[in-house]
Amino acid sequence: MAHTRDTILPKLMELIEPLNRKAITLTADTSFASDLELDSLTVMDLVANIEDEYDIILPMNLLPELETIGQLADAVAKIVNG
Amino acid sequence: MGDLFDKFDPIIAEKAALLATGVNDPFNLVMEKVHSPTEATVNGRETILVGTYNYMGMTFDPDVIAAGKEALDQYGAGTTGSRVLNGTYQGHREVEEALKDFYGTSHAMVFSTGYQANLGLMATMAARGEYIILDADSHASIYDGCAMGNADIVRFRHNSVEDLDKRLGRLPAEAGKLVVLEGVYSMLGDIAPLKEMVAVAKKHGAMVVVDEAHGMGFFGPNGRGVYEAAGVEADVDFVVGTFSKSVGTVGGFVVSNHPKFEVLRLVCRPYVFTASLPPSVVATAATSIRKLKHAHNKRQHLWENSRKLHSGLKAKGFKIATETAESAIIAVLMPGQEACARMWSALIELGVYVNMARPPATPAGMFLLRCSLCAEHRVEQVDIIIDRFVQAAEIAGIPLD
Ligand SMILES: Cc1ncc(COP(=O)(O)O)c(C=O)c1O
Repeated sequence: MAHTRDTILPKLMELIEPLNRKAITLTADTSFASDLELDSLTVMDLVANIEDEYDIILPMNLLPELETIGQLADAVAKIVNG
Repeated sequence: MGDLFDKFDPIIAEKAALLATGVNDPFNLVMEKVHSPTEATVNGRETILVGTYNYMGMTFDPDVIAAGKEALDQYGAGTTGSRVLNGTYQGHREVEEALKDFYGTSHAMVFSTGYQANLGLMATMAARGEYIILDADSHASIYDGCAMGNADIVRFRHNSVEDLDKRLGRLPAEAGKLVVLEGVYSMLGDIAPLKEMVAVAKKHGAMVVVDEAHGMGFFGPNGRGVYEAAGVEADVDFVVGTFSKSVGTVGGFVVSNHPKFEVLRLVCRPYVFTASLPPSVVATAATSIRKLKHAHNKRQHLWENSRKLHSGLKAKGFKIATETAESAIIAVLMPGQEACARMWSALIELGVYVNMARPPATPAGMFLLRCSLCAEHRVEQVDIIIDRFVQAAEIAGIPLD
């Protein structure tokens, strides 16, 4: 099955939901740092889960550029289809 | 107009709140006098040092000091130059020879600190399109070197052979890869399963670097480090180390058998764009390294001290980060920031110096009092340290099991 931004986005939300301690509504524009306030250990777990889900590598150096869930979905789509 | 310092306000407030509880400032300590590798005057009090990484007690070795004084007289106080310009003296050559002899390698390159050795190696060895695969608990110098370069950076779970294998398996087979490991992880004092990890790295065609900062001097038959004890010397491409722990002075290095290794002297920016170590420092380092090679009795005594402190603290009900004494670092777990600072402060007032560590330096948000043993600690000193830990726990209100 081909993965696109539209299939990836809901999957990411599913993986992020357990980390959503403030129970905010997740959208493509939700920001990891300012809305979700994830610490670095949580981010590492999340990245590992996403990598396992799609059998990819998300290099650490890409992460600072990915501010929102939508941007993360785009990056995953690019790697999966790359 | 914004004050650029405003972003540090949370840290300033956190520190002020901690000091308001009446504890000594753990990050503002002055060693007023240093009497030996294990004793100093701190805040006017005679203190046993058990948090200095001075594992082999070489700082006051008479031969080491004599070599430093002689070099100071003969070559002056400093080189005022980079290694690649006017900063390579006879002593820099000699310390590189001493390292080659100690490690049994064909090449050795000395940097001004271990931090810079890691910075240089990580930033230079892997370029765009290549990969660095590092343990999540890697030292700051390794992370900073990765941030300085252009390689893609992949982390694996601390000491997990399986996770390393999985991540390497996902990378393009033909891409250049550098796997970065440490022999001893300095926060918890645990050692890496190097035999298994190096085998996995080689299976995937990666080059391997092992940072032996906290293993040099007392692991393996020749004291080379955990990788020697694990029997993987032939498969390790680079060993990084420091003079600031077992060697007893300051400086850093990389040793290797790679035939093209010497090119790093031209391309490694943290080697080129900084002044070389002073002649007295490289002379003390060379003398110390030559002595470490044969320091079998010291090694044995250091291990005895580590095991004694570990079992002694455990018997008194302290929680230790490792089940047994895996290295010369014994990390005692504290329930939280304030309790950790109270305990540290009580120890200082009882005349014991340990190392306090807290997030983000520690993994999983832990608060630690890290003890590092020295081969020069007398058995009685270790007993005193254990007694004072018990007294300090009472003063600081730390529950013991
Ligand atoms: C694992 C590790 N690597 C490198 C270093 C850096 O060593 P140096 O003190 O020589 O900069 C340290 C010490 O802080 C360390 O613990």
